Amino acid sequence: MARAVTTQRKAINTTIAWAIGLLIFFPILWTILTSFKTEGEAVANPPVFLFFDWTLENYAVVQERSNYMRFLWNSIIIAGGSTLLGILVAVPAAWSMAFVPSKRTKDILLWMLSTKMLPAVGVLYPIYLLCIELGVLDSRAALVVILMLINLPIIVWMLYTYFREIPGEILEAARMDGAGLKEELLYILTPMAVPGIASTLLLNFILAWNEAFWTLNLTAVDAAPLTAFIASYSSPEGLFFAKLSAASTMAIAPILILGWFSQKQLVRGLTFGAVK
Amino acid sequence: MGRITLDKVRKAFGEVEVIPPLDLTIEDGEFVVFVGPSGCGKSTLLRLIAGLEDVSGGQIRIDGQDATMVPPAKRGLAMVFQSYALYPHMSVRKNIAFPLRMAKLDPAEQNRRVEAAAEVLNLTDYLDRRPGQLSGGQRQRVAIGRAIVREPAAFLFDEPLSNLDAALRVGMRLEISELHKRLKTTMIYVTHDQVEAMTMADKIVVLRAGHIEQVGSPLELYREPRNTFVAGFIGSPKMNLLEGAEAEKRGATTVGIRPEHITPSATEGQWKGRVGVAEHLGSDTFFHVHVDGWPEPITVRAGGEVDMNHGDTIYLTPDEERMHRFDAQGLRIA
Repeated sequence: MARAVTTQRKAINTTIAWAIGLLIFFPILWTILTSFKTEGEAVANPPVFLFFDWTLENYAVVQERSNYMRFLWNSIIIAGGSTLLGILVAVPAAWSMAFVPSKRTKDILLWMLSTKMLPAVGVLYPIYLLCIELGVLDSRAALVVILMLINLPIIVWMLYTYFREIPGEILEAARMDGAGLKEELLYILTPMAVPGIASTLLLNFILAWNEAFWTLNLTAVDAAPLTAFIASYSSPEGLFFAKLSAASTMAIAPILILGWFSQKQLVRGLTFGAVK
Repeated sequence: MGRITLDKVRKAFGEVEVIPPLDLTIEDGEFVVFVGPSGCGKSTLLRLIAGLEDVSGGQIRIDGQDATMVPPAKRGLAMVFQSYALYPHMSVRKNIAFPLRMAKLDPAEQNRRVEAAAEVLNLTDYLDRRPGQLSGGQRQRVAIGRAIVREPAAFLFDEPLSNLDAALRVGMRLEISELHKRLKTTMIYVTHDQVEAMTMADKIVVLRAGHIEQVGSPLELYREPRNTFVAGFIGSPKMNLLEGAEAEKRGATTVGIRPEHITPSATEGQWKGRVGVAEHLGSDTFFHVHVDGWPEPITVRAGGEVDMNHGDTIYLTPDEERMHRFDAQGLRIA
């Protein structure tokens, strides 16, 4: 039975939720606002909120000084590539763990997750050296593989959860109907798991897009994505907050738009299996 | 053709042997029901025949061919599951056509067979709906449709009616029986409901803890249950099993008498007791009678509209001809 919620209580809850939401969103909003200020107004004390001379000058300067499109392209390749590669590896892995579990399945899942608890910097040195040895430092291919491995535990976990929701009897029915493993994956499992696979793709694309530690440490020029583009504006020649903000806004805009249009899918994906 | 032979088939999950070596032959065209209490291994046995579980020993032959290692898809059997197991993302038409599509049948032929099956099962108007938009009974029909289009060697049913409400269950029971009469294909049907077993089967296999307790036609099991387990399991309401003086008098450890083989009377009879609960069904009346000196009440079936109620004195006379005698091991004494 639904709990009775009074109107007053509902109003209070809504207010609190909005307050928390705005608090979280505020730094992003401030970054976007600052990107339209002059450098002087950007560091003004007391800060100006909305009433300043709106200018696009910072965007022009940033565009002039660095090749935004190249960074954007690198970001797309690295985030997209690592996500697709991850899905290719994770679908069979999650399938076997969900439908033909062994005694060790739970241990493997937990062990995979435990790698996410390791501080990334702990393995920076060996991976950096490996990249040098293999001659792949500052290459997109290396980042695709590394980011895929970093996010793989999450992809496998998410897909595993979705697959577990699919009743085994349906797959058995398919087997009785004459479907082999390939047909079973192609005609039954994948179509039924499409919402799950889609939100996994989306979330991992966002995670890979926002990944800064590895992209900053393993790239210089050729493979530098948008994270490196932002970082290049926090320069030793003094902080130019307005230009840094403009660069940041340009870097987060694509993912913000993507996230906005797919928020329903994302929320559904992340809470999948929690309520039924 | 669909003659299925199980030869010393056994199944163990790790250390636990759920089905000890078992022999059984199912003749072509027979309607065989596996019945038993939950956990007796009847579903496991069906899944072994289907190939969804691997046997731990023994051999399964379908029409004389060794099928023990053949994958489910290649055994030529069709299965209807308890949960229907329809493909939720496909229309009814695609669900029914799926096995034909897997068999790479010509699309025109696929369509012809789907339409024919839909006609038989009254699904023609629902062919373009998704399973989610159908009622339980309709979903079950789709599941059956998916099974019949393949023209399999045998149908396997795993408690197909247990998710339906009582009225629908009776209707579907008749439909499946009619289907069997028409198709004359071997059917193996698993249920825990002895009424389904009695009404549908040509041959009933009573299972307990993976063992076959008895195999026979419904009336054979009813008339000559081989042991007290089958005696108590087949027949509704259950057979009354009496021990002590009544059994000794008849040279047995346990005697059994069915509720319908006891004649009640308000005035005279062999046993005197008091009516506990009286269930008036209209067509029948069931009395639960406390006979003086007996630990358990016994059930008696009387005709409809018998006017006796709780607390009334009742006299009972068993039909000695229909009295079943069992020895100390619970086995029937001939």
